[in-house]
Amino acid sequence: MTEPRMSEPRTPDLDADRPEQAEAEQHTDARADRILARRRWPQRLRVAEIHSIWRQPAVIAAAAILAVWVLLALLAPVLTDDPIAQSPDLYQPPSAAHWFGTDELGRDVFARVVHGARLSLPLAVVIVAFSLAIGGLVGLLAGYLGRAADEILMRLTDLVFAFPQIILAMAVAAAFGPSTRNAVIALIIVSWPIYARVIRSAVLSIRTSDFLASSRLLGVGPWQALRKDVIPNSVGPAVVLATLELGNAVLMLAALSFLGLGPRPPAAEWGAMIAAGSRDLSIWWVSVFPGLAILTVVLAFNIVGDALRDRLDPRTARGVR
Amino acid sequence: MSQILSIENLAVTLQGDQRVIEDISLEVPEGEIVGIAGESGSGKSLTAAALLGLLPDRSQTSGHAWWRGGAEPRDLLTLDQRSWNRVRGREIAMVFQDATAALHPMLTVGTQITEHMRVHLQLSRRDARRRAVELLDRVRIPDPEASLRSYPHQFSGGMRQRVAIAAALACQPRLLIADEPTTALDVTVQAGILRLLEELRAETGLSVLFITHDLAVLAALTTQAYVFREGRVIESGATEELLFHPRHEYTKTLVAARPQADDWDEPEQVAR
Amino acid sequence: MLLGFLLRRGVITVVLLVGVTLVSFLLIQAVPGDTMSATLSEQALQDPEIVAAYRARWGLDEPLYVQYLVYMRNVLQGDLGVSQQTGRPVLDDLLTYVPATLEIALPAMLLSLVLGVAIGLYAAVKHDRAGDHAVRAGTLIGLSTPPFWLALVVLYVFFYLLGVSPSGGRLSTWIVPPERVTGSVVIDSALAGRWDAAWDAIQHTALPVLVLTVLTVAMLVRFVRSAMLEVLDADYVRAARAKGLPTSRVLTAHVLRAGLVPVITVSGLAFASMLSGTVLVEQIFSWPGVGQYAFRSASALDVPAVLGVSLFVAVVYTVVNLLVDLAYGLIDPRIRLS
Repeated sequence: MTEPRMSEPRTPDLDADRPEQAEAEQHTDARADRILARRRWPQRLRVAEIHSIWRQPAVIAAAAILAVWVLLALLAPVLTDDPIAQSPDLYQPPSAAHWFGTDELGRDVFARVVHGARLSLPLAVVIVAFSLAIGGLVGLLAGYLGRAADEILMRLTDLVFAFPQIILAMAVAAAFGPSTRNAVIALIIVSWPIYARVIRSAVLSIRTSDFLASSRLLGVGPWQALRKDVIPNSVGPAVVLATLELGNAVLMLAALSFLGLGPRPPAAEWGAMIAAGSRDLSIWWVSVFPGLAILTVVLAFNIVGDALRDRLDPRTARGVR
Repeated sequence: MSQILSIENLAVTLQGDQRVIEDISLEVPEGEIVGIAGESGSGKSLTAAALLGLLPDRSQTSGHAWWRGGAEPRDLLTLDQRSWNRVRGREIAMVFQDATAALHPMLTVGTQITEHMRVHLQLSRRDARRRAVELLDRVRIPDPEASLRSYPHQFSGGMRQRVAIAAALACQPRLLIADEPTTALDVTVQAGILRLLEELRAETGLSVLFITHDLAVLAALTTQAYVFREGRVIESGATEELLFHPRHEYTKTLVAARPQADDWDEPEQVAR
Repeated sequence: MLLGFLLRRGVITVVLLVGVTLVSFLLIQAVPGDTMSATLSEQALQDPEIVAAYRARWGLDEPLYVQYLVYMRNVLQGDLGVSQQTGRPVLDDLLTYVPATLEIALPAMLLSLVLGVAIGLYAAVKHDRAGDHAVRAGTLIGLSTPPFWLALVVLYVFFYLLGVSPSGGRLSTWIVPPERVTGSVVIDSALAGRWDAAWDAIQHTALPVLVLTVLTVAMLVRFVRSAMLEVLDADYVRAARAKGLPTSRVLTAHVLRAGLVPVITVSGLAFASMLSGTVLVEQIFSWPGVGQYAFRSASALDVPAVLGVSLFVAVVYTVVNLLVDLAYGLIDPRIRLS
């Protein structure tokens, strides 16, 4: 489409290192670009730089929030009442006895919000783990094998990207029938392609880079190169993406439950709780608190993910324009 | 002969206390081409940026850059935004290394040559375009009328650099800073651009600060030269003297690194 | 080359559309048990005639690939199945609801693009300073907020607490709806010269538009910001500044012009976010659009309706992406003129 820019060795004074890959991707595949461009991918995990994110107060706050949530999730049975125990005290506003009030069946909203973390957090981890495994494998294969395999696998990801994410998840969950397991499967189905794209582009940029060529000259076989060069160098983008996607998984799981396609009642799930509270605005506490739970968890993941990306990407970290 | 620009003890610190220019003093006599040579990272491009107030945000400078090309002598390092916009493009213009990157891909050549003429010289659209045609003709772009309506990607690399030079000369600046303008071009095209610059100097009395890492180009074009290394001037003087009788070790290695001395003759003849 | 570009985009779109129907078809196959029992109501299953007609229409006795071809033929004829809930063809249902969705989605889209570009450019110019940090914090919060919860909160605040906004729906109950011409209540009221009804309808759109805009702007701003940062760092912007152009001219003629190209490509994504948003938000505002239809179908496990909606949305989204690509090709002279 466009002439390649002349890649004369630029004077590093004004133009610090530009990742070649961003340049190359610019016009190759407008669609992929559009998806990827939302997030700019770092090329390599630099451990020393990762630690520096702890200098940001926002990251410390986010990590603290996540730690509190994990603790709450672990200690929920000890800390709170039974989240599904009904009582005659229906629709009680927040009080000393019920910090977050009670819902339409007289259940304690605080207990349900805290127990919601026992559902959302592990499920988000499961969704991300499976998506990463599947997407990572597909991306590695596509990037490493190239040619026909690359073409087929990437067209497969195109298919998933042809749907707005939550809409495809909704269709899959509805087709499979509503249950926690099916909601998770649906979210894995809609999530893996982004990992495939990102890992593939990481692999491609390494594959064409000099040090892989030189390791080939040194007689390193393809599998060894994969294990020693390609995989370790794909870790950086994968870590950033996985962190951001943890938040996304929590959001989408809540959305599916809100649509009635997630964990079945009486399970304490944040999205379903919001749906229950949405029927009557006067009982605001039934939906406001689970919403705040989602907001804090997702925001924390996003802050950490964002900070990681900034650290790992020289371009946005540079602060020079 | 009067110096149109005198840099005295310039130092630049980037954000994060990164000191990139230690101490640079340099003079540009009026109507001459002065060269700066040095490898990447020696501070030559940042010196150019400092002279146009285009250093990265939050950079700090010290020293002076006395500019005598305007109505009265001024220290460029102390200008505010408004004064800058009267100096840039009007009194001092710049040509970048990679014309492909330095020309806006979505604006016509005509717009890019005339927009600052209309601001600085308050020319009407028609007058500006008429002058643009003359400029394009002067830098030997074939069919200047039609070229005004074209986009940069429709030109070859060398032609693009000629367009960029035409744009730089639009407001008849006194000094042209050329930051490796021929590095991205192949040798024959390069020679043409160098010849053009020399002609412009001879005809209009334009002063040129020419930045390069190519000693052959330095020899062909410049009368005075400065060798930069790690943010300092390590050697300066008449170009010929500098290249054939280098005193500093670093300059010697630079000169020795050139494959053949014969290379220098060819562009020299072209340029003169 | 422009022709080649158009041709390639066209072919990609057609292939994608075929793939989308394939996904939809496979999802129908994935419905547990007999597809028929999932798609037909109890009553209909009792009727042998209906069952026989159904089997014939969907070619259920044929091998899978024939079934797919039958499915394709039906889809091409606009047959997306029958909704169990409404008993009407899904496509008819959708077409009924589309105008309502457009009435909030189009203004939200427009507002998002304008605000997204303005705020994104502001943040890029203020890179790494207070303004940028504030924008960044705002967008992170926006991206982390569940849309349906945000809808609920604004409804609670503006309707329940402050009473400045209607509770939901497209018109207040005491106002007789205008005659349907375009399907947009606001425009139809205005066409009928009933300005009170038009104003009432606009008030009803305010909150849904606000929520959809907030969600989409957050995403757009981040994209625009990084696109503009890249442009601000480009040589041609430095060259424009070196020419002594006023900052306003550099920003509008140079930065914005180049930065808008990636923004155009991302407007497709904004559209997707808008569509997803309507599914999660319309229900809260009792807004009778495609989103509420999708919500109700999903909640009631009306599988044909849900799959119909998703196929419909995917087709619309794919076509929008094609249009976006074409716009991109027309705007960028490097593609247009080469």
